[in-house]
Amino acid sequence: MDTGIGAAVTRKEDFRFLTGQGNYTDDIARPGQAHAVFVRSVVAHANLRSVNTVAASAMPGVVAVFTGDDLEGVGGVPCGFAPDGGPMNEPPRPVLAQGKVRFVGDMIAMVVAETAEQARDAAEAVDVDYDELPAVVSMEAAQAEGAPTLHDLDDNSCFSWGIGDAEATDAAFAKADHVTTLELVNNRKCPNAIEPRAAIGEYDPAHDSYTLFTTSQNPHVIRLLMGAFVLGIPEHKLRVVSPDVGGGFGSKIPHYPEEIAVTWAGKQVGRPVKWTAERAESFLSDTHGRDHITRVELACTSDGEFLGLRVHTQANMGAYLSTFGPLIPTYLYGTLLAGVYTTPAIRCEVDGVFTNTAPVDAERGAGRPEATFLLERVVETAARELGIDPVELRRRNFIASDAFPYQTPVIVQYDSGNYEQVLDRAAELADYAGFAQRREEAKGRGRLRGLGFAGYIEACGMAPSNIAGIIGARAGLFEAAQVRVHPTGSVSVYTGSHSHGQGHETTFAQIVSDRLGIPFENVDVVHGDTDQIPFGMGTYGSRSLAVGGSAIFRALDKIIAKGKKIAAHTLEAGESDIDFESGEFRVRGTDKSVGFGDIALSAYVPHNYPLEELEPGLDEGAFYDPANFTFPAGCHICEVEVDPETGTTQIVNWNAVDDFGKIVNPMIVDGQVHGGIAHGVGQAMLENCAYDEESGQLLSGSLTDYCIPRADDLPSFHIETTETPCPHNPLGVKGCGEAGAIAAPAALINAITDAIGVAHVDMPATPEKVWAALQSAQGE
Amino acid sequence: MYEFNYRRASSVFDAVSSSDQSDDASYLAGGMTLIPVLKFRLAAPSDVIDLAGLTELKGIRTENGAVAIGAMTTHAEVAGSAEVRQAIPALADLAESIGDPQVRNRGTIGGSIANADPAADYPAAVVGLGATVHTNSRTIGADDFFTDMFETALEPGELVTAVSFPVPDRAAYMKFPNPASRYAIVGVMVSQSGGGVRVAVTGAGGSVFRVAEMEQALAANFAPEAVAGASVSAEGLNEDLHASPEYRAHLVTVMAKRAVAAAG
Repeated sequence: MDTGIGAAVTRKEDFRFLTGQGNYTDDIARPGQAHAVFVRSVVAHANLRSVNTVAASAMPGVVAVFTGDDLEGVGGVPCGFAPDGGPMNEPPRPVLAQGKVRFVGDMIAMVVAETAEQARDAAEAVDVDYDELPAVVSMEAAQAEGAPTLHDLDDNSCFSWGIGDAEATDAAFAKADHVTTLELVNNRKCPNAIEPRAAIGEYDPAHDSYTLFTTSQNPHVIRLLMGAFVLGIPEHKLRVVSPDVGGGFGSKIPHYPEEIAVTWAGKQVGRPVKWTAERAESFLSDTHGRDHITRVELACTSDGEFLGLRVHTQANMGAYLSTFGPLIPTYLYGTLLAGVYTTPAIRCEVDGVFTNTAPVDAERGAGRPEATFLLERVVETAARELGIDPVELRRRNFIASDAFPYQTPVIVQYDSGNYEQVLDRAAELADYAGFAQRREEAKGRGRLRGLGFAGYIEACGMAPSNIAGIIGARAGLFEAAQVRVHPTGSVSVYTGSHSHGQGHETTFAQIVSDRLGIPFENVDVVHGDTDQIPFGMGTYGSRSLAVGGSAIFRALDKIIAKGKKIAAHTLEAGESDIDFESGEFRVRGTDKSVGFGDIALSAYVPHNYPLEELEPGLDEGAFYDPANFTFPAGCHICEVEVDPETGTTQIVNWNAVDDFGKIVNPMIVDGQVHGGIAHGVGQAMLENCAYDEESGQLLSGSLTDYCIPRADDLPSFHIETTETPCPHNPLGVKGCGEAGAIAAPAALINAITDAIGVAHVDMPATPEKVWAALQSAQGE
Repeated sequence: MYEFNYRRASSVFDAVSSSDQSDDASYLAGGMTLIPVLKFRLAAPSDVIDLAGLTELKGIRTENGAVAIGAMTTHAEVAGSAEVRQAIPALADLAESIGDPQVRNRGTIGGSIANADPAADYPAAVVGLGATVHTNSRTIGADDFFTDMFETALEPGELVTAVSFPVPDRAAYMKFPNPASRYAIVGVMVSQSGGGVRVAVTGAGGSVFRVAEMEQALAANFAPEAVAGASVSAEGLNEDLHASPEYRAHLVTVMAKRAVAAAG
């Protein structure tokens, strides 16, 4: 069986997951561990008159109760990004409230007890005296004249940021024949990983060292943030382990106050301290995603040539800045506004706003779904307004396949792509030509049928560290890998990427199997432990294969290069005459060869070995810093039928063609696209993270209120890929994890608005919203 | 969960006596509502009396033109019962539309109606089909059973033992589900037996209710168009993230119309 690059190998990790043998943070029981429960604010905005822990401390099994006073002097939760180009208000975020709470779920006290149930009992006995303040939930309310302020600031503004040439954009609008304008909401979402967050903090007095087990997508980043910026623990004294993790979708990127609290408390109480979130707690305290209000204007000529794009967005930051909160609506958003088009002038302005809601950070796609949604909505709307076929309008404005590398007016330079090919194939798959007939047929059944396109581009493989630094990241964004060949030729790969559903143990093993010509079974991939992995920046932004995989590729280059040196000695030939192929080192032009396993053994049993020139061992590491982002692109076409009596939308067809560059495992790519589309459909039709405007209570705080998509909400997907390899990474790969979530919302809303003949329906396009839109359209 | 005494009842008599002797007992049937409520610490009964062992409360019998369903019969058993499917297909359909497979395999008809969730499906069946609720001490007519949101005519400690549904000439249930919980945003059971028509609506209001205007219209002409023009007032209907009162009122008409069409 082929297990190399390009093979649809079934996933190694699934055996342990499907047989209940995964090892998640909550599965870990440390000797003598105590359990923590957090007392969380039940109001959205209040000064704390007092927090009385006397009764709670006396409850059965209670080990300790801590409040903000106990943590005075412990650093606040740090933010990892401040967009360049203007000041950013960065108010402190205490681990436990210091006299004030700013959202429902904000942490006030921590109870540590023998059992979680005892901690819960005692947490109820903590007496919090709230002096309630008016809450601001919406960005409109937060920015109103005289609005109550969350922090010690003049107002609730976090930053005002812009990108692109405002003058050139104004000039483009001045000469436009037509301007299409839309006001859009990009709805707030709860990421809802199936595994709730959990953490165990432990202190070892014998070595004066700490261990944190946590549900993180990036354990090294947590080590850096918590060690260096919060608790003052140097790297060699802090181990962060992120074992099996059940989904992240971005919500497990940030550094959370619970991680700090359990690590700090572990030393205070002299026992490991464990916390596991309940689902309701996840809804309240995991970072949320999206939450934009946007006005977009597209300037065109009468024959549909895009001249300029103007975007103004208000982005909800929540009550505090989460680790990458300010990055998402700025550089991960504004830089994608060219999309797949040649729009020459683009100006985007974004206001970050504080509100009494949970902090907002990355969620699958992070900035790019928001950019794609507004762009593909406005393009589709322009096509309707101009009376030009939406395929034709897109075609007229595509960046041509021979125009790469293509410099956009919003900083980024696209590396490769063929957008016309992608659109043509998608339109063919979707039988676009036959749509009019299907629409007629549906009409006969009393159904309104609509079709919507979304072309998209995303910037993945983040990121070149020098560019990351220029735009405001407070870290590098390379990746590290170590390839350890063992004496018998089996291999352990240590990667700084972190798998929480992506299947790295399979994909990365395929790369090794392919390049070293050894069986797939002989390769194990190790991740998620700062004591085992040299370094790592983790997994997010569809970066693992492009950056982490490339680091492995580079380490394999070094393994092969050293293997050639050993082989040259063994085979008594010149190093430059050695070729390596299919697991054999061969002297070119002869039948002399030696297998990879023999070379590995020589490296560790160096009896016949060039010891004067070469160290023993076959164990190589690499750090890979990408030369550019990667730019996957694609076209998704959604077809829906709306029941006009109820407003219910049924998705009847989903056809997509994506260009992810080279593909290592097509089965895993299909799974990522399926999951991504489900995610995007969830946002567009079902998921609505809502707070009560008055009280600031989370209204969608359980799975009976917050609707995540289920199998029966989705059709069977028809997906294909095209391939323009990435020219600047050794694997030629671009990334696929977020594509579906980026493309789907625009495709679906374009289809619904097409079906019911209205300009716009806000997400989530629930039956009631669609019905109401139909009612008002009929009233006109 | 707060601590409570767990008791496993050996008979209906034992269950009721245990309840009478407790400060504040809850019966545990399928537990599909009680267990989450306990886990959320929203209830703190002194005693939980588990009815799982009471085989006398299980089973489906058809006799005297009625289908009698034991209180501890699960939704899956009702949905899968050939007897129910044959006698009152609308009831089997309704049971099949409840929640998800896990809920249907645990949840029971007695638990559902005793809980009287305003968005539960079974109240529409009980009222829409004019059922009789049997308890350990008496029988209660459908129209008297549901009194308010999560309120019934049951006295403290009184235990539902069975529900008997008269077999209608025709009936159908149409449900517009909440996309997240799959409870009814609006569910309408329409039935006709002899001269009587019943239209019962769940999900829309604080408790299941009948729509007299629709019943009269259907009594005259049992056809979809008879209810197409009839509507309920939005005033006082439920409002949540998923549907406004106006939308619910609209859906009552649409679901009623579709139920009549399905009843044939």
